[in-house]
Amino acid sequence: MTLTLEGVAKRVGAEQHLHPLALELQPGSFNVLLGRTLAGKTTLMRLMAGLDAPSAGRVLENGKNVTGASVRHRDVAMVYQQFINYPAMTVYENIASPLRRQGKDKAEIDAKVRRTAAMLRIDPYLERLPAELSGGQQQRCAIARALVKGAGLLLLDEPLVNLDYKLREELRAELRDIFADGKTTVVYATTEPQEALILGGNVTVLHEGRMLQTGPTSDVFHAPVSLECAAVFSDPPMNVVDAILTNDRVALSDGTSLPLSAHDRNLPAGPCKVGIRANHLTVLRRNERLVPIKGRVELSEISGSETFVHLRHGGTTLIAREDGVHSHPIGSEIQVYADPDRIFVFSTAGQLVAAPNWRRGALRNIA
Amino acid sequence: MDKVQDNRAWFLIIPVFLIVAFSAVIPLMTVVNYSVQEIFGPGQTFFVGTEWFEVVLADERLHDALIRQIIYSLAVLAIEIPLGILIALGMPGGRSAKTSLTLVLLALPLLIPFNVVGTIWQIFGRGDIGLLGATFRAIGIDYNYTNNSLDAWLTVLVMDVWHWTSLVALLCYAGLQSIPPAFYQAAKIDGASKWAVFRYIQLPKMRGVLIIAVLLRFMDSFMIYTEPFVLTGGGPGNSTTFLSQYLTQMAVGQFDIGKAAAFSIVYFLIVLLFSFIFYTIITRTGEGEKK
Repeated sequence: MTLTLEGVAKRVGAEQHLHPLALELQPGSFNVLLGRTLAGKTTLMRLMAGLDAPSAGRVLENGKNVTGASVRHRDVAMVYQQFINYPAMTVYENIASPLRRQGKDKAEIDAKVRRTAAMLRIDPYLERLPAELSGGQQQRCAIARALVKGAGLLLLDEPLVNLDYKLREELRAELRDIFADGKTTVVYATTEPQEALILGGNVTVLHEGRMLQTGPTSDVFHAPVSLECAAVFSDPPMNVVDAILTNDRVALSDGTSLPLSAHDRNLPAGPCKVGIRANHLTVLRRNERLVPIKGRVELSEISGSETFVHLRHGGTTLIAREDGVHSHPIGSEIQVYADPDRIFVFSTAGQLVAAPNWRRGALRNIA
Repeated sequence: MDKVQDNRAWFLIIPVFLIVAFSAVIPLMTVVNYSVQEIFGPGQTFFVGTEWFEVVLADERLHDALIRQIIYSLAVLAIEIPLGILIALGMPGGRSAKTSLTLVLLALPLLIPFNVVGTIWQIFGRGDIGLLGATFRAIGIDYNYTNNSLDAWLTVLVMDVWHWTSLVALLCYAGLQSIPPAFYQAAKIDGASKWAVFRYIQLPKMRGVLIIAVLLRFMDSFMIYTEPFVLTGGGPGNSTTFLSQYLTQMAVGQFDIGKAAAFSIVYFLIVLLFSFIFYTIITRTGEGEKK
């Protein structure tokens, strides 16, 4: 279904939980809501589902106004952080429950339940109770229950948060294929930039109840409209340094001077802020254009098979990425290399001015 | 593997051992001892084997008391459990003044001692000065717990319901509060009816506390003593003479120590048996839903 939000906002008492926003989700699209805790993801989802009525604006399903309509009359299914299944029903009965409510005949129910269970790989456990399954299987059961309903809008509110790392990876990899049936509009809330990138589709970045940006995930990642947006959609956080632009160079406040590249040439000279993602600040010198920065190690954290080195240099702390697992003694000197071709330039107010992969016009700037 | 022997560990369990011995094992064994003796007075005891048990098991009055007792306990469960669940479902949730007030009001009856409850109802039900008795009389209902058996029996039952339904309600309330709100949302999105929410979410989630509620209320009501004692002393006739009443009459009234001891042991085994049956039934019902 096409879900349209027009100037939708939510206010509870004196608190503005969600500032007015407009959003249109296309049928069959996969949409990620990205934002930190309390960004308003769940609030927005509840409005989309019809669990809450917005305090302003309209919600349209396929052009039909459903703003005040109760969730019972909406065509939605939802999956939660917690594993929500009927505790006293078997997996089979759990998956069958939405179909039974729709009054489908027995053979059809059986066929659909088995097909969906097989898709989520819980078909061997159909006769078990949810409590007898692992966390991952319980969530698979909940997803199956939501899928089998065949709703036009499927909402997933951080469905993988309560799973351990391994299960999360596994289920995440399957999710894209499972939802790629082309009819259902999927909305997926997450706090993790990584997850948004892996899942792809479209992303809507939320921060403190405001929509910062929306668009195809890779476009938003490559050209975050503001520093705020870049901070949310970046893990580890993007390095941001005050800088002065001149004709041919950009001078960072820590003393480093970077040559300009194709994307940031011809910008008006003056003060600005420069953003460098951790993966463009590397310990390995990949080519001659990279500019060395010397600093002292404050912390080195290992994430998967990468190491993030926090280093102190000229009054700012930078985070650099290093392939492989390394340990650097705290306080030791380290040389990292900044890639001048990959830097982001923001105005002093925090608006994006130049980005290496900015496809102009591909974005809708909200802020 | 070598196991290091450390006998000092025994010292650590001595306090528990002593407490259990003096509070439970020794008194129980004393009763077992009494139950196999004919006791005329200090030093004049004779071993009689299982004779007391045979007498007790053949005692018609005991059979009557037992039947009365079972009907009473079942009635208590049949009323208090559903009523408690209903009250819990109707209670306000969240942290508000309303919630606190409801909880305090519900907890009040639980704070009142048994004999006070008996006295309250004894006066409450009196035809001349009691609010309940006088009201019944005024609207023409013939109610008199001192000489109508059914009235007395019902009064004891209502007394127990008044006194203990709160406990069931509070337990169920605790069970309901532990259900994450997402369950209700999910049910709402599913379009589940109120009944379906109760049957498939609330009831299964309350099963644990319900087992406790049923067992507690059963055991307590099966050993009821104070309330009928204060109200009518087991009368009129034998209508409110439950097992405890009869046992006390035997032990303290007639000083039939041996018989009363044998009775106590039978009584204890009956409570144990019933509790076991209830426990098994309730836990099995849950498992049955697997099939």
